[in-house]
Amino acid sequence: MIRKPPAYAASTTDLAFSPRRVAAMMLRYWYLLRSSWPRLLDLVYWPTVQMLTWGFLQYYIAANAGFFARAGGTFIGAVLLWDILFRGQLGFSISFLEEMWSRNIGNLMMSPLRPLEFIAALMVMSVVRLSIGAVPVTLLAIAFFGFNLYALGLALVAFFFNLMLTSWAIGIFVSGLILRNGMGAENFAWSIMFLFMPLACVYYPVATLPAWLQPLAWLLPPTYVFEGMRALLIHKVFRSDLMLDALGLNAVLFAAGVLAFLALVRSARRNGSLMQTGE
Amino acid sequence: MPASSPPPIAVERLVKIYRTVAAVDGISFTLVPGSITGLLGGNGAGKTTTIATIMGLVIPTSGRVTVLGAEMPRQRYRVLHRMNFESPYVEVPMRLSVRQNLTVFGMLYGVEDLRGRIAQLGHELELTKLLDRPTGKLSAGQKTRVSLAKSLINSPDVLLLDEPTASLDPDTADWVRGHLARYAEMRRATVLLASHNMAEVERLCDRVIIMKRGRIEDDDTPAKLLARYGRRTLEEVFLDVARGGSLAEV
Repeated sequence: MIRKPPAYAASTTDLAFSPRRVAAMMLRYWYLLRSSWPRLLDLVYWPTVQMLTWGFLQYYIAANAGFFARAGGTFIGAVLLWDILFRGQLGFSISFLEEMWSRNIGNLMMSPLRPLEFIAALMVMSVVRLSIGAVPVTLLAIAFFGFNLYALGLALVAFFFNLMLTSWAIGIFVSGLILRNGMGAENFAWSIMFLFMPLACVYYPVATLPAWLQPLAWLLPPTYVFEGMRALLIHKVFRSDLMLDALGLNAVLFAAGVLAFLALVRSARRNGSLMQTGE
Repeated sequence: MPASSPPPIAVERLVKIYRTVAAVDGISFTLVPGSITGLLGGNGAGKTTTIATIMGLVIPTSGRVTVLGAEMPRQRYRVLHRMNFESPYVEVPMRLSVRQNLTVFGMLYGVEDLRGRIAQLGHELELTKLLDRPTGKLSAGQKTRVSLAKSLINSPDVLLLDEPTASLDPDTADWVRGHLARYAEMRRATVLLASHNMAEVERLCDRVIIMKRGRIEDDDTPAKLLARYGRRTLEEVFLDVARGGSLAEV
């Protein structure tokens, strides 16, 4: 007797994507954030400290150097954009790490949650976490230093989108590394973005780098964003060409991150490390 | 279930080698619908790897595992919504309330009328008064009942349990066993249970598979195993197998 295919057959393939399961994961992280004021405070604390430190430094330099006086806002702008990049990745990775810390990853890996749904939920939560941390800080930047990030208008949207894409790509890759190698790889979540810092030219133009390093810097999508920010703040020009280049590189980086994650999960299944998520 | 339906769990010549160590070494067994089977064995016998492979968490080195006709882990998404598991090696998030945890897992498993299902489980597992308390604030016995509720949220046809009553007091452990037996009977669910607790296995299981060093050493009903080894309890049978005693020596 041939059985009639069950009604849920359409949602049982690897490629099925259920907004309900993504919403379930977002709800899980929202419950967690809501239940813990230290977690909420942590989202605001470091961005505020960073912004104030660099803001006051810029005040000092602006009072002593004509160029920087004209280039007002580049340091604070760089700090705020760097925070989008760094906190975006950290927001992604910390939500993922919460599953490892709470020993819940086995429950998720054995549930119908697809890897791509898991990634989507982590991406949305990184934006939520970033918003909780960054919005108050951008308002403080207006109050303390008269720097209005939102005055960048559409350019800010382009900067933000490109930086988030990079942060997600890195976050996805690091999550795969942790799944495959256990909590011994946790340190990558906290430190990997700092590898980008010198080469992405957050606080100085690419031209500052030695000539042989510059091609390497231009391989990183954030480099285009920070150059674009300086072009906008110093020369009042929006470099859409830089944003498009960044978008192209980000597309490659994001696809590579997802593919690496899927390969690492598969390797973890082969290796048995999904059963042992400790050190 | 029609005669043509695939078995709930079928393991065929399963081998899993980690580097050079064979955690599971060519085991085969098939479970029938509605059965409760105990998987016994000492530490390192291969029980957890076997269960993890059935769950799709581990890719076999060779051999084949199917659950409800789907090959694991390749076709796991065809059946994961009809399976669930409980193990002391995983936990539900402690900061979330019981209701929040059950809501999240219910959504992941696509449970219809989730509120009703949570209320029903709350009633059945005596969790109603605890539903809005943080899971981490509960006692060990209460947490185990929450894990059990999570494992039953989707009314699974296949339930995998790894040490379901580990670290529970005898009264709570007995209560959990009673509930599992009632669930399996009412739902006609297939249960595979790894345990070191021989009394638990004797009480719950209608079949026992004993593993040692990745292989199946024996496989029968508790009564037949007791008769074959000439022992009065499964614990004595287990010790005979674990210490390498052959039937001739018994």
